[in-house]
Amino acid sequence: MIGGLFIYNHKGEVLISRVYRDDIGRNAVDAFRVNVIHARQQVRSPVTNIARTSFFHIKRSNIWLAAVTKQNVNAAMVFEFLYKMCDVMTAYFGKISEENIKNNFVLIYELLDEILDFGYPQNSETGALKTFITQQGIKGQHQTKEEQSQITSQVTGQIGWRREGIKYRRNELFLDVLESVNLLMSPQGQVLSAHVSGRVVMKSYLSGMPECKFGMNDKIVIDKQGKGGTTDDPGKSELGGSGKQSIAIDDCTFHQCVRLSKFDSERSISFIPPDGEYELMRYRTTKDIILPFRVIPLVREVGRTKLEVKVVIKSNFKPSLLAQKIEVRIPTPLNTSGVQVICMKGKAKYKASENAIVWKIKRMAGMKESQISAEIELLPTNDKKKWARPPISMNFEVPFAPSGLKVRYLKVFESKLNYSDHDVIKWVRYIGRSGIYETRC
Amino acid sequence: MPAVSKGDGMRGLAVFISDIRNCKSKEAEIKRINKELANIRSKFKGDKALDGYSKKKYVCKLLFIFLLGHDIDFGHMEAVNLLSSNKYTEKQIGYLFISVLVNSNSELIRLINNAIKNDLSSRNPTFMCLALHCIANVGSREMAEAFAGEIPRILVAGDTMDSVKQSAALCLLRLYKTSPDLVLMGEWTSRVVHLLNDQHMGVVTAAISLITCLSQKNPDEFKTCVSLAVSRLSRIVSSASTDLQDYTYYFVPAPWLSCKLLRLLQCYPPPEDGAVKGRLVECLETILNKAQEPPKSKKVQHSNAKNAILFEAISLIIHYDSEPNLLVRACNQLGQFLQHRETNLRYLALESMCTLASSEFSHEAVKTHIETVINALKTERDVSVRQRAADLLYAMCDRSNSKQIVAEMLSYLETADYSIREEMVLKVAVLAEKYAVDYSWYVDTILNLIRIAGDYVSEEVWYRVIQIVINRDDVQGYAAKTVFEALQAPACHENMVKVGGYILGEFGNLIAGDPRSSPLVQFNLLHSKFHLCSVPTRALLLSAYIKFINLFPETKSTIQEVLRSDSQIRNSDVELQQRAVEYLKLSSIASTDVLATVLEEMPPFPERESSILAKLKKKKGPGAVSVNELEEGKREGGELNGGGERGDSSAIAGSNASTPSPSADLLGLRTGPPVTAAAPSAGSLLVDVFSEAGVNDDGFLRDLEPPTESSDSLLAEGPGDSDSAPPSVVSEDPATPLPESNELLNKFVCKNNGVLFENQLLQIGIKSEYRQNLGRMYLFYGNKTSVQFITFTTTVTCPGELQSQLNVQSKTVEPLIEGGAQVQQVINIECLTDFSEAPLLNIKFRYGGALQNLTLKLPVTINKFFQPTEMASHDFFQRWKQLSLPQQEAQKIFKANHAMDTEVLKAKLLGLGMALLENVDPNPENFVCAGVIQTKAQQVGSLLRLEPNAQAQMYRLTVRSSKDTVSKRLCELLAEQF
Repeated sequence: MIGGLFIYNHKGEVLISRVYRDDIGRNAVDAFRVNVIHARQQVRSPVTNIARTSFFHIKRSNIWLAAVTKQNVNAAMVFEFLYKMCDVMTAYFGKISEENIKNNFVLIYELLDEILDFGYPQNSETGALKTFITQQGIKGQHQTKEEQSQITSQVTGQIGWRREGIKYRRNELFLDVLESVNLLMSPQGQVLSAHVSGRVVMKSYLSGMPECKFGMNDKIVIDKQGKGGTTDDPGKSELGGSGKQSIAIDDCTFHQCVRLSKFDSERSISFIPPDGEYELMRYRTTKDIILPFRVIPLVREVGRTKLEVKVVIKSNFKPSLLAQKIEVRIPTPLNTSGVQVICMKGKAKYKASENAIVWKIKRMAGMKESQISAEIELLPTNDKKKWARPPISMNFEVPFAPSGLKVRYLKVFESKLNYSDHDVIKWVRYIGRSGIYETRC
Repeated sequence: MPAVSKGDGMRGLAVFISDIRNCKSKEAEIKRINKELANIRSKFKGDKALDGYSKKKYVCKLLFIFLLGHDIDFGHMEAVNLLSSNKYTEKQIGYLFISVLVNSNSELIRLINNAIKNDLSSRNPTFMCLALHCIANVGSREMAEAFAGEIPRILVAGDTMDSVKQSAALCLLRLYKTSPDLVLMGEWTSRVVHLLNDQHMGVVTAAISLITCLSQKNPDEFKTCVSLAVSRLSRIVSSASTDLQDYTYYFVPAPWLSCKLLRLLQCYPPPEDGAVKGRLVECLETILNKAQEPPKSKKVQHSNAKNAILFEAISLIIHYDSEPNLLVRACNQLGQFLQHRETNLRYLALESMCTLASSEFSHEAVKTHIETVINALKTERDVSVRQRAADLLYAMCDRSNSKQIVAEMLSYLETADYSIREEMVLKVAVLAEKYAVDYSWYVDTILNLIRIAGDYVSEEVWYRVIQIVINRDDVQGYAAKTVFEALQAPACHENMVKVGGYILGEFGNLIAGDPRSSPLVQFNLLHSKFHLCSVPTRALLLSAYIKFINLFPETKSTIQEVLRSDSQIRNSDVELQQRAVEYLKLSSIASTDVLATVLEEMPPFPERESSILAKLKKKKGPGAVSVNELEEGKREGGELNGGGERGDSSAIAGSNASTPSPSADLLGLRTGPPVTAAAPSAGSLLVDVFSEAGVNDDGFLRDLEPPTESSDSLLAEGPGDSDSAPPSVVSEDPATPLPESNELLNKFVCKNNGVLFENQLLQIGIKSEYRQNLGRMYLFYGNKTSVQFITFTTTVTCPGELQSQLNVQSKTVEPLIEGGAQVQQVINIECLTDFSEAPLLNIKFRYGGALQNLTLKLPVTINKFFQPTEMASHDFFQRWKQLSLPQQEAQKIFKANHAMDTEVLKAKLLGLGMALLENVDPNPENFVCAGVIQTKAQQVGSLLRLEPNAQAQMYRLTVRSSKDTVSKRLCELLAEQF
């Protein structure tokens, strides 16, 4: 179990220190600073063992969060908790920065008392927390006894993430499928590794205690239906217009509101949603990924002092769709002394501080092609080492899911209040972003 | 922009540095640096000519980036360009960059060296200094090669500025330290020594560092510096504090120079010239007097400087060790410091006193401070000072105060710091042994030691107790009684159990008469500890039990019961199980007579240097202290022997380095019977006893061996050989000699007679004589067993080329060798031409039905055919020069395998067969030899030169002969010998 939790700024100064167990001494704070933050070699492992004490850390911009324990804990649990902690803090005061943490330290201690008890993680649902940890000071006078007892029953009850008696005039829900596609490609265009990690984020404004059911084109579900169901099912999905009928999900995790027993038995995702924004599920796929862009590099060394680079990018999706925020990053050798760039579209610039040429294009439609060529002048050095040729990386945003995931339905049932599935306004949006999208050159 | 208007501010650099300092994170810093590097690269691109100012600025930035830990792979050229600038600041930055970032890039090194050479030959002293500093900072071999000849000239030239001289002296020192072979001082020696007379104190201070270093390497050449140093010292010491102006530091005249002078003098023995010596003694007295004067200033710098000189003077006095008056004064002075409130002073005083205690003149004076030192040991706050106090107590201990000191150290041990406990334990053990008047006191002390600090008592300590108890009859009863009492404590240390088990097993009978310690009580007491002990201790206890069966037959059934129990006879540890099985069998099968013989009391141990002392020396490391200890050991030996039984003989031997340590004398056991006497008889008996059980007797015997050091010669030759030899003896392939045969061959390079080979069956002796190109060798085959060898045949073969180089004829031997008999074989050898391999001797015979086959190399080496040639120095060098073709010379530099003893070396070289020529080489340390190798085809004249380097423990061996193969082979053979 977590023995203590520390938050440091980039200099290694302690901003927050909360010790839950006696086996964690004061020196643990310094041990982490000395051995990780100020280590000579950058520490890359997220778990560090110092004098039989384990430190689990994550970094958010310049802030280090470290959980400490002397016991043999479940590391995945600790990291899940740390991420959750970040989510909670973001929900309360926005961006996690030194400034914000210093300004909200009382609140953070209050939160830490609530979501960890003797090192055991407790309810870390923002919605629930917000009902009784508020930033407006003590509200006790204004709260009626009824409200207080309601909070108690919610926090201790079966459905800790949603309180009763929520009412909206308009029942609305927003569903975002956010995916990030990762790729490593050889110079010849062979895919060396590719995977998509995606999230389904939901924002619900629904009255009462609605029961929801979420369906997507999961291969197992579709196959099962295809076998037992009617024949016109596949025809239907073809009408939907997507090239793929179903996708194979490698693994997925759900928000705590999803009934796992039902998912295990019927593979249906049913749940009572929390109020407001939350992450319904996370998943990962590796098969049949649609790669939105193809990068074709061409690097030619002309003597010892010159390098010619030509990069072509091709967009590989429906012409009607528009990709946005495209950025290609072409690394330059360490002894670059001057760069000339010509590009057909967008803007390109040599950024010396990053040792790269950065080419930005605002928008690009599908099935198009664009090209950049650069001449790099090199300074002759007495170093015998050859340039390692790091891969060309790319950033973009596309309005579809590269994994091929489709939301088939999201049904809402609320038996007590009289609104039906048809009365709920539903919005679905797909966003595909680049993760680590690299092509070797 | 014109460079002049900007001045030397280098705003760009300042801005860059402040940017870096303001970076919030490492990433930001890297970004900023990348940007700057790109900027500098574009500036250095080559198509623009940069002015000196910007060049300097960018090189500075690069240097800064490098010092932040980033790689810099360009800009060297620009830095080299800066070297040729005429501006001081630009030159300085250039040199700075070069000294920090130089790599041995060939083209750049040439340019750099060129620039340095220009600066050295310029008349501008600041430029010369910059160049000298750069050479010293880089200090590489290339630099030494390029400038080692130039710098001494600058150093002694009349018109060189003082500041340049200073730099040159220190630069030369640095080069000398990195590559001493390149700095040849020959012609400059006297002029460098005379720098001690320089007007400028700075030059003297720099030069003295150089001279100290040089004179440590070749003291004779710099001998003249002693008198100069003494006169310089006396001038400083006697000068009023205001005379030296700049070089007076808080009212102390030239403290650094004085310290260095005193240190230089410590490289030499006391001056022989009476006048010089008188002057020096006067100086030292003045220094001691000054220490008594009231301080001229309350500042700590004043007292520090004064004390630094004082301590250096005291160490010089100790080094000379010839002025009783001064030594006693120094000791008194240090005595005052012992109670000084400054911790550092107390530490230094204790440390110096340690060395003083080893001088015969001041030993008594040191002893007067015993109370203070004991007090320091008890009350001192700083552990390092306490450690020194313990060292001093150890050093000042002698017969008169040993009881007090040992008692104090023992009582301190209970509260001592963990880091020094082990050393303290060793010291107490050594002192207790060295000054033991009656052995009951010794036994008490050591048992106390184990009781108090059992964890820190190493193996050696308790081995030693047992050795001494076994060797001394009079103490055995007392020891048995004491360990018995000690074991009765509810919790006692495992080492105590070990000692107890061993001693009771041997001498339990001596106390068995008392009903309180009857055999059964003893056994039960030991066995009550058994389960708490580790495996080795349990094994020892099992041996003690079997000894009990022998000592007290009435315990037999009880002990057999114990041995038979599952926890012993089925123990998972192989060693314990084997012991239990063997001992049980032994006790039930063997008759009491056999038991009594097998389990006889241990014979006395052969005397050797106390293992504890050896361990203590090892712990100390090869520092000054260990040397002191050695000397002290000798001195104590002499003193002790006065009271010992055979004072005279060993007092004389005491001065000889090869004598065993004094503790050995004390025990009066040098002529004790060798252990071997008992072992073989026991061995043969055991074979009978175990013929049924079929247990390997070797392992058993070795278990019963007393605990000894592993290097014991008895163990190494006895059972060790019998283990390793048989597998190689039965090897079927006659062509491959034994793996150790090369070693055997090397043994005979410098001698003609000896034992060529030995295993448990066969011994081969050898005797050989050589004349001209002919040789005769007698081989003696001795049958060591009681069974006869049949079909004994030997063949001598010359493999490969050797057939045409060597003519070997052997007479046949009788095919039958009776048990215990010896036969002889004659081999005639004729050398046709020079050779490098050795003939092989193959021996086949049957022993008890098994075919034995073994192949050895006959020790016939080319040097056996040497005829010594005497020649005069002149002749020798003439011939040496004649043999100057590169292939005629073979040279080898190698590390000494044995101690560098001149007499031993001489004997070896004579054994080689060449004539050892005296008074030929200018350096008396070196050996030269001459000889002619006689072969049938030709005569090969050979010359040899061996240069030992005692400091490095290395030899350089050069062999020149008219034939290249001979030189090479001789060199190979000889390199193994020293």
